[in-house]
Amino acid sequence: MTIQFYLNGELRREDAVSPTTTVLDYLRVSAGKTGTKEGCAEGDCGACTIVVVRKNGDDEPLYEAVNSCLLILPQLDGANVVTVEGLARDGHFDPVQTAMVESDGTQCGFCTPGFIMALFALRQGNEKITDGTIHDALAGNLCRCTGYRPIVQAAHQACQDATKDLYGELSPLIPGEGYEHNHQKFFAPQNLSQLAEMRTDYPKAMILAGGTDLGLLFSKDRDPLEAIIYTSSVAELGEIEETKDYLEIGAAVTYTRILPYFERLYPSFATLITRIGSRQIRNVGTIGGNIGTASPIGDTLPCLIALDAMLTLYSKTGSRELPLEDFFIEYRKTDLKPGEFIKSIRIPKLKNKQKFRAYKISKRYDQDISSVIGAYRIEIDGLRVKDIRIAFGGMAEIPKRAVACEGAILDKEWVEDTALKAGLAVTTDFKPLSDHRASKDYRLCVAANLFIRLYRDLTDAEDLMEVVAA
Amino acid sequence: MMDGFEERQATIGGAHAKVKHDSAARHVTGKAIFIDDIVAPPGTLEAVFVTSPHAHAKINSIDKTKALNIDGVHDVLIAEDIPGRNDIAPVFEDEPILAEKFAQYVGHPVALVAADNYDVAFHAAKEVFVEYQVLEPILSIAEALKRKEFTYPPQIIGRGDPESAIAAARHKISGEIACGGQDHFYLEGQIALAQPGEETDITVYSSTQHPTEVQHSVSKILGIPINDVTIEVRRMGGAFGGKESQASIIAAAAALAAVKTKRPVKIRLRRDDDMVITGKRHDFEFTYVAGVGDDGRIEGIEIVMAMRSGNVADLSSGVLARALCHGDNCYYLPNVRLSGFPCKTNTVSNTAFRGFGAPQGMLLMEVVIEHIARHLGQSVDAIRAANYYGTSDRNITPYEQVVKDSIVVELTDRLAREVEYEDRKLEVKNFNSRHQTLKKGIALMPVKFGISFNAPPLNQAGALVHVYTDGSVHLNHGGTEMGQGLFIKVAQVVATVFQIDVNNIKISATRTDKVPNTSATAASAGSDLNGMAAFNAAETIKKRMACIAAKHFDVPESDVEFRQNRVFAGNVSMPFAELAQITWSNRVSLSATGYYKTPEIHWDPIKLKGNPFYYFTYGACISEVIIDTLTGESRVLRADILQDCGMSLNPTVDYGQIEGAFVQGMGWLTSEELVWDKEGRLMTHGPSTYKIPGSRDVPPDFNIHILEDAPNRFPTIFRSKAVGEPPLMLAISVWLAIRDAVASISESPLAPKLNAPATPEAILMAVNDIRQRANQ
Repeated sequence: MTIQFYLNGELRREDAVSPTTTVLDYLRVSAGKTGTKEGCAEGDCGACTIVVVRKNGDDEPLYEAVNSCLLILPQLDGANVVTVEGLARDGHFDPVQTAMVESDGTQCGFCTPGFIMALFALRQGNEKITDGTIHDALAGNLCRCTGYRPIVQAAHQACQDATKDLYGELSPLIPGEGYEHNHQKFFAPQNLSQLAEMRTDYPKAMILAGGTDLGLLFSKDRDPLEAIIYTSSVAELGEIEETKDYLEIGAAVTYTRILPYFERLYPSFATLITRIGSRQIRNVGTIGGNIGTASPIGDTLPCLIALDAMLTLYSKTGSRELPLEDFFIEYRKTDLKPGEFIKSIRIPKLKNKQKFRAYKISKRYDQDISSVIGAYRIEIDGLRVKDIRIAFGGMAEIPKRAVACEGAILDKEWVEDTALKAGLAVTTDFKPLSDHRASKDYRLCVAANLFIRLYRDLTDAEDLMEVVAA
Repeated sequence: MMDGFEERQATIGGAHAKVKHDSAARHVTGKAIFIDDIVAPPGTLEAVFVTSPHAHAKINSIDKTKALNIDGVHDVLIAEDIPGRNDIAPVFEDEPILAEKFAQYVGHPVALVAADNYDVAFHAAKEVFVEYQVLEPILSIAEALKRKEFTYPPQIIGRGDPESAIAAARHKISGEIACGGQDHFYLEGQIALAQPGEETDITVYSSTQHPTEVQHSVSKILGIPINDVTIEVRRMGGAFGGKESQASIIAAAAALAAVKTKRPVKIRLRRDDDMVITGKRHDFEFTYVAGVGDDGRIEGIEIVMAMRSGNVADLSSGVLARALCHGDNCYYLPNVRLSGFPCKTNTVSNTAFRGFGAPQGMLLMEVVIEHIARHLGQSVDAIRAANYYGTSDRNITPYEQVVKDSIVVELTDRLAREVEYEDRKLEVKNFNSRHQTLKKGIALMPVKFGISFNAPPLNQAGALVHVYTDGSVHLNHGGTEMGQGLFIKVAQVVATVFQIDVNNIKISATRTDKVPNTSATAASAGSDLNGMAAFNAAETIKKRMACIAAKHFDVPESDVEFRQNRVFAGNVSMPFAELAQITWSNRVSLSATGYYKTPEIHWDPIKLKGNPFYYFTYGACISEVIIDTLTGESRVLRADILQDCGMSLNPTVDYGQIEGAFVQGMGWLTSEELVWDKEGRLMTHGPSTYKIPGSRDVPPDFNIHILEDAPNRFPTIFRSKAVGEPPLMLAISVWLAIRDAVASISESPLAPKLNAPATPEAILMAVNDIRQRANQ
């Protein structure tokens, strides 16, 4: 079995590499392409950013920045990869390279290749270039020298117009169904029944959805896992279905792919999605992965619970449905049975008067893990709160409904005093921990105050910080 | 010989020109070679540290057996394997690279595993069994202070009689405040590649700001003469002080493993190890008591600065001295006692970090100024103005240096005028009266930063310049390039001397065998020192060439002029390259060393008195912020900086230094929080948990101006000023503005209880606190 992919337009075939080799190590050590750097090996600094070019349904190329430290080599099977070495052609710099030089966007130069690749993806994305989209595109890249202003300037200069390049012209390779090397197995099932078989046959195999969390096993822990089941090629898991009542998302759909749907259906959730990791993360990370990881601080989880989302779990013996809020049992423990996996998640659409809000509190606006996240679906009829679902992240060992808070609001008049009272109920619902992100007291105080933010937000009483930040 | 060259432009890239970073094109193409990018010789091993999981423990035994039996493991080294002295202390002694009898912090290296590759070494490191006897650690500044545990004796700077002055003053204020440390978070982690040579020779490629100190450390550890050891560094991927003393740990360990295994050995600390094993900016706890007159002037003040030195002294004595020497910031303190305590804790050794103690010292003084203003019900800026150093009187610092060059009044007045500070203060007030959730704050920060190493011997530098017969020039000096643009600045100096285009000058890696006995590239002094040394080297060669040119053209030497890449004698001229060839033909050396030492400085390290700084660099910044009083989140909305660079050697480079330093300082004071747990483990050891500013955090309205027509009053290299560190402290304006926003919640003037960093949590707690006090 062979892993084949384009690297800077050149076809590569690899059959003698451990499947748990990170793409970053492969590039730097095996391929001798040392332009791509390791700054953190946890997908947070962006120095290892490369671009993967794929085709959308209309055969148009999509240029996606990804963190090479969090990917393992078999994930590249069939891919079209561009590194910093692939940008300058025939002695001519790519426009983003020229702009970075002209704007004095480099000092030590170590983060620079990652920035170049993030900017390259931004330019090829045909987006409207504003400070906002530039910050979105650069949220996954850290620079400690420049203070970013010249890099943002370079983005304005170079990212206005996409250019046709040879990478967009390459015809896609057909990915294989797996890879094996020295007893290490990497399965890439193509459909649901194959996945279900493998899940049963290899009960200890790790399910790899995107790898933005599990990737640390390879990049940091150097764990030579024996069996990995990769879900990205499973056709059914990549489906998105929208009806008049709900949106159903396959478990392997990335944040990037679902974002346009959320922007239309749940704008506040969409804003939150843009604060999950960075584009590099969102191009790889999946909703199914976020649910499966079952972290108490997984950003989408309280939102999905507040939206009353329903999971479809699948195994060889059939499928079952489960409300998401019942999926989480205790810290990082879920209701998933042996042989089962997450097939999809179904989110009801907001009804006429329902409103949805999500508030994320973290030390840094972009690419940070929440200290507290509050999510609210509320229906106000006249002055009365007719329906309310609230869930919090960061407040308990699992993402959890705030039942007492809901009780303080349901059927009550929607006035600031009601929001205050709901805030007082936070201590009934939650006994959070103190950790390096926030203390217990802060979490309780903020969770309570977020009800006042919700009130003011829905009544347009005052501009709120999220508006300022955006 | 008249060929129209008179029409040509002046040379490209001389002093004061806006020249790009010499490596910019290599940076953007990935072709700039960092140490991990060097193609290592076949057989190169990688080594990984085994570190202590305990903050304080006696090491009873270390069992290497299992690790040694793993395939691919070449050696496991512990303290007793060190052939020389297990000591890399930069100032004092007894600072081992591998713990001997005691592990002194979580992350303390106790052994080193060298193996075929990283993965083997990484896994084998877990199979080295260390038996510890856990001892009680000291984990807080307060605890160390209580037990009088210091890494070296406390330091005091004093003048006059502060007690009596405070007692006699109309107003007395007192308080306490604390500021956190900061990880350097250079994007390139610590790294060294050691290659054994003939006999005991060894070459180490080290990502270090201080090749000479690394050289000394390797020599000490291996027990070989210094001349056996060569250190090379072409560039670092950021350093910020973190690769001054700390680089020695990695380089010396790599050298040890290389000698023991007789193979090249690389050590590259992965991010988590880098953050856990190596030192950071010192966190401080301060108390102050001040006596103040009705005019707002400080009449007497006592300040206690307790810093977390960590488990060893490292560079803490210098950091503390600089903190004490900047406790005055821009203000005259007639009766003063500044007491500094280097607290010994079982935590990583804190070390140099851009500003080197001055940011902490200044932050404290600004809190005092703010406190006086709140106490007297006056504006903070009025209190600043009342206390600024005078020009003819009230101009002597607590350490007895006369401030001869203060421009702080003009600088702050001009900035305030240009940004309509007074109007904007009113706008902020109006905004706050109209808004319930969001509150704005605005504040000014003046900075006076002393330039020179506090220790006079360090203020010397050397350079080596060769001119080749084709007119190309090779430049080398003791300074190191960490992204700050030092190499291009020094090349500009040489280009100016020879009056040739800067691209004729080859910038080369810093090497201890080219220019010996150098100082760290630190204290903002890199271009001052190395620029002047290179100037002197180039001048020596130029004089020799001028003498040859005079003979050649048969004119007096005084008629020879270098300009426009040529050498002129009246109406005739020749290209610079031709003169180089002729000079060689005449058997005259085209190579020279240059040397420089900073004049006029002296320092008594016992009494802490003297003239430690050659001059001061000044700057001012006004920042405006907004906070959310429900969550404590904050944003910086606008920042305006006016920075003194003297006659900037390279405004492009200096502009980058100002922006970068400001944003780094902003991170220190807002989002960057180092958190240790109760056992002394660092919980924030990667970018997922330790949050440096991102691109969106930079003020959307960010205006920087370099003060023009402001030549240094002292004869520095082309009258420029050092600028690497001073702008970092301008970011204190952000923190002060956040305090201003918090203070706005209370009708009566109350001083907010807000330490640094002002994280959302810290801000919300300060908001809650001031609300409570205001309602009492």
